[in-house]
Amino acid sequence: MTQISLVPGSGRGAALMETAVKGRGLWDDARRRLARNRAAVTGAAVLAMLVMLAIVGPWLVPYRYDEINKDDVWLAPLVHGHLLGSDALGRDLLARLFMGLRVSLAIGAVATSVSLVVGVIWGATAGYLGGAMDEVMMRIVDVLYSLPFIFFVILLMVTFGSNIILIFVAIGAVEWLTMARIVRGQTLSLKNKEFIEAARAAGLDRTAIIARHIIPNLLGPVAVYVTLTIPGVILAESFLSFLGLGVQPPMASLGSLIAGGAQDMELAPWLLIVPSIAMIATLVSFNFIGDGLRDAIDPKDR
Amino acid sequence: MLRFLVRRLVVAIPTLFVVITVAFFMMRAAPGSPFDNDRRLPPEIKANVEKKFGMNRPLGVQYVNYLGGVLHGDFGPSLKYQDKTVLDVLRENYPVSLRLGLTAILIATVMGVSLGVLAALRQNQAADYLTVGVAIVGVTIPSFVTAPLLQLVFGSKLGILPIAGWDNGALPNMILPVAVLALPQIAIISRLTRAGMIEALHSNWVRTARAKGLPERQIVTRHALRAAILPLVSYLGPACAGLLTGSLVVERIFNLPGLGKFFVVSALQRDYTVVMGMVIVYAVLILVLNLLADLLQARLDPRVRLA
Repeated sequence: MTQISLVPGSGRGAALMETAVKGRGLWDDARRRLARNRAAVTGAAVLAMLVMLAIVGPWLVPYRYDEINKDDVWLAPLVHGHLLGSDALGRDLLARLFMGLRVSLAIGAVATSVSLVVGVIWGATAGYLGGAMDEVMMRIVDVLYSLPFIFFVILLMVTFGSNIILIFVAIGAVEWLTMARIVRGQTLSLKNKEFIEAARAAGLDRTAIIARHIIPNLLGPVAVYVTLTIPGVILAESFLSFLGLGVQPPMASLGSLIAGGAQDMELAPWLLIVPSIAMIATLVSFNFIGDGLRDAIDPKDR
Repeated sequence: MLRFLVRRLVVAIPTLFVVITVAFFMMRAAPGSPFDNDRRLPPEIKANVEKKFGMNRPLGVQYVNYLGGVLHGDFGPSLKYQDKTVLDVLRENYPVSLRLGLTAILIATVMGVSLGVLAALRQNQAADYLTVGVAIVGVTIPSFVTAPLLQLVFGSKLGILPIAGWDNGALPNMILPVAVLALPQIAIISRLTRAGMIEALHSNWVRTARAKGLPERQIVTRHALRAAILPLVSYLGPACAGLLTGSLVVERIFNLPGLGKFFVVSALQRDYTVVMGMVIVYAVLILVLNLLADLLQARLDPRVRLA
């Protein structure tokens, strides 16, 4: 890119420019900026490691997450072959930590996907159609927004009994509201942009405009919001666990481990500290990636 | 302005009506009843109790009666707390949550905005990194971890603050709960302010203000800050509603007589009328605070036209 003659008419320069300029669209630029952001790269590396541990971790520990060992109660870390110690029932903390990581990441991924699919479709439809349809769809969002989250969760639980799938659904059902609002706002502002008008003038039909112009331009803000929703979901699940409404024992999530550890804080501080560190590492990684992504896609507010 | 207010109210009232309707029927669709105790009531007694609360009539009739009562400001009797109406429950417990929530929001806004402005003015210097670090830690540590930790340090180890309890809202009893409530909000608010401020400081109107030779102090407070807190205003609406209806976690850990814990207990016990009362309080708060946020936004941003 360095030695291009930009003088119009100089044949060599024009030819060079064509090859050099090609392929540096919005996404290439964004990728380049993201790769240069040290916090985001570190976050991604830590997160990749955590995901690996969540997948293979449970097989690396000689104990099961729900295995009760009557002789190994309240062990401090590094004692008796329990690398991170054990809890009141002698369950190995490392095994439970890996399982908790797996459950929390899964809840984050599934609930966010639910909110992503529902929210993008809902928001883009409302924004693009506009008029009465938009009004009705967004009023529905307003109504759901005005109902307290915990009310939903408890009603779902007493109706269908408490299980993990339900927690996925309940959290996803609340998170899609914000997603729909963001997507609708973006769609509204995109709809009247010049390049959409140009596409319309060029004779593209509505589906092609949505698929080729609206959705790719939505992806930026949506991707940023997704990386910030996942930690939000993990945090929401941990609050449910604290209230006894989250995953039920012996199953573990990072939230339920922390909630349990907080109760035995004075007797066995490692039960609080270890899962807290894992939780903070997970959430901070997601936050770094999200911030990095936002700066990369929208570099103006750095 | 007046037209905007009227239009918004015209929309808000049906929204509230739909919220009440949805909540009413959702709750009744869930299995269980407020009169299911550990000890099973004989059918005749249960029928009598249901009759007393009008629950023997068709659901539609009950719904219409309930709506009629709400219109007259009558939220009905609690089904679980004997001889108490829903209004009694709200009156006894709401002031506690309100006081904690308001204090926390006030402190969080003042501290969050100051920290955010400071970080933006010293972008990429030590003060900035410190603020960003605090902000990230603040949003990632759940309050049910900070609360017991603070109890352990200030209540148990140092012994300078009460571990729990309300004591009619004595100042020492408020410090820890307010700190736990405010910390995540300080984190979010300082982050929003910092981002908005950095953008505003690079804007054309700030350059114009500089060119006019205004003192830096005035540029920051009058010109930049005004635009920088716009995203904060729309965040604060729903956030306030959440804080003002009481925090389940904080009220439970510090054993405070607030409204938050009724959300869970009453819903689990199917205390229909109390749950409905809380849903209505929450929905009204959300609607009113969002309206206030929009009004404030229009005052701060001359580009926003209320129509």
